[in-house]
Amino acid sequence: MSKLMNWIDERLPVTAAVERHLTKYYAPKNFNFLYAFGVLAMLVLVNQLVTGIWLTMKYNPSAEGAFASVEYIMRDVEYGWLLRYLHSTGASAFFIVIYMHMFRALLYGSYKKPRELVWIFGMTIYLVLMAEAFMGYMLPWGQMSYWGAQVIINLFSAIPVIGDDLALWIRGDYLISGITLNRFFALHVIALPIVLLGLVVLHILALHEVGSNNPDGIDIKKNKDENGIPKDGIPFHPYYTVHDLVPISIFLFVFCLVVFFFPEMGGHFLEHPNFIPANPLQTPDHIAPVWYFTPFYAMLRAVTISPFGLPAQFWGVVVMGGAIAILFVVPWLDRSPVRSMRYKGWMSRVALTTFVISFLILGYLGGVPQTTVGTILAQVTTVLYFAFFILMPFYTRMEKTKPLPERVTS
Amino acid sequence: MRMLIAVLMLSLLSPLVMAADLDRMSPNVRDKASMQRGAQIFTNNCMGCHSAEYQRYKMVADDLGIPVDLYEENLIFTGARIGELMKIAMPKDDAEQWFGVAPPDLTLVARVRGSDWLYSFFRGFYADNTRPLGVNNTVYSNVGMPHVLADMGGLCAEAPRVGSGEAVICDDWAIEGSMDQQEFDRAMYDLSNFLVYLGEPALLDRKRIGAYVLIFLGVFFIFAFMLNREYWKDIH
Repeated sequence: MSKLMNWIDERLPVTAAVERHLTKYYAPKNFNFLYAFGVLAMLVLVNQLVTGIWLTMKYNPSAEGAFASVEYIMRDVEYGWLLRYLHSTGASAFFIVIYMHMFRALLYGSYKKPRELVWIFGMTIYLVLMAEAFMGYMLPWGQMSYWGAQVIINLFSAIPVIGDDLALWIRGDYLISGITLNRFFALHVIALPIVLLGLVVLHILALHEVGSNNPDGIDIKKNKDENGIPKDGIPFHPYYTVHDLVPISIFLFVFCLVVFFFPEMGGHFLEHPNFIPANPLQTPDHIAPVWYFTPFYAMLRAVTISPFGLPAQFWGVVVMGGAIAILFVVPWLDRSPVRSMRYKGWMSRVALTTFVISFLILGYLGGVPQTTVGTILAQVTTVLYFAFFILMPFYTRMEKTKPLPERVTS
Repeated sequence: MRMLIAVLMLSLLSPLVMAADLDRMSPNVRDKASMQRGAQIFTNNCMGCHSAEYQRYKMVADDLGIPVDLYEENLIFTGARIGELMKIAMPKDDAEQWFGVAPPDLTLVARVRGSDWLYSFFRGFYADNTRPLGVNNTVYSNVGMPHVLADMGGLCAEAPRVGSGEAVICDDWAIEGSMDQQEFDRAMYDLSNFLVYLGEPALLDRKRIGAYVLIFLGVFFIFAFMLNREYWKDIH
């Protein structure tokens, strides 16, 4: 056996890679439950890939056959309903774990030097994931698939001069049609998953180069023993591989509870009007994107002014794009001498809490019909969302931080 | 965690919002007799105009425990084979000319509208001379279809008190039906129940399988927890 391993290792550094990323990758020993969401995201990704492959075998990506083929999967394919629910619930679960993963990073300053690239790859994953989810949502070809896509793609036409041509180019037709469905299918099952996997590899390679952050936000590599191993570090395998089984089983329990008992999740994971086949001649009363897009949709609708003679819709798109773009520069906005919220001052705590609450309120508002009060609330929370980032260089520098401990606390 | 709680709260809200002016019915897909009666009403009264074209006859027969020969004899009128999809003879284009809109396919209607809506809709018809077909509906105003079940449930002369929760919802009948109101309510429960099944036949299996999956995961959690404790006992 060891002879075989040697033979392989001389040609491919398998043992070296396993040591580098698992058995001799030293992770801080003080991870809390928020650190489980990274591995959970990986788990959901695998779920999406595996169930996606099997769904592709039975799905028919044409305007005439798409809706019926999904019902064929739900009825005539053995355990097709299970594959479909695992995939549709997986999409929502993906965003839940990714939002928690991002919240963890904001809470403990995991984006700060030297982990800027880890953060940027992560944000790119989030961006690609949104595109992936958006295109996937079109595939069942129900009313919400159709009209949701119609609304979102029409946003591009708000861009001056090139807008209309750009929207036409994306759709491949003058309105959403089977042509759009074909290309979205290709992008959803091949192009974006490849990009996603590549980015996940980069995300992890960049992380393992600099090492994991921890809830105290202190550098465990500063305190090493005589063998050069961080005193507060433990090998990822077996310690964290075993440790992660606990949150994995809890996650799977909740996940399966939804899959088997509440697959529609009250119309949030699978929207009720999406059980009506797409009809280009009939606009639904209320078009709402799926829950994970609603915060940004609320921001889009919150913009009611039209400066420089450009339509409000254009500025809405700018605000929406800006809300995601600004996340990329967070590593350079945070000027605090400490990473973790545990040692930051009260201003950072207030800012992050306000940000999370604003994001949740926006998420709620984006899913309900527009009202006057709702619009004002959306405007306030949009401003608060941006204030968290724009004021970050100031409040992180002004506030008094607490002294950092020498070693991690447990 | 906060995000998760918010999502859960949001999902709890939506069914409440939709519940206005509807009578409640709690579907029971374990009650095969009820679904069989519902299937009979559906085939005899609805399938003249409405298809259920994503579902196969055979699946209904098997799931509801109806023998195939009985089913073919009594519940298939189009000459279709038992393995075929539940389509109807009326072409969509003709239907559109006759009724203004083609009667929608009903396979998934329960997933679009919900069972409370269906149960209330079936019982919400009343006579209205201003409408072309002489009927209107409290749940679906200006409904485009006739009251097909009038010979069973009768036709109320005024808007029935659907959603009131009262046992008697109509005092003045324009047409008397063959059933009294209790019988008709029970029949409409059966029909709604069948439509819930039709919307998602997997409902029969998924909760049963789900229970086993959750039990397995519960046991798996105990092992994971103990394994973790064993591995981590030296880490301080």
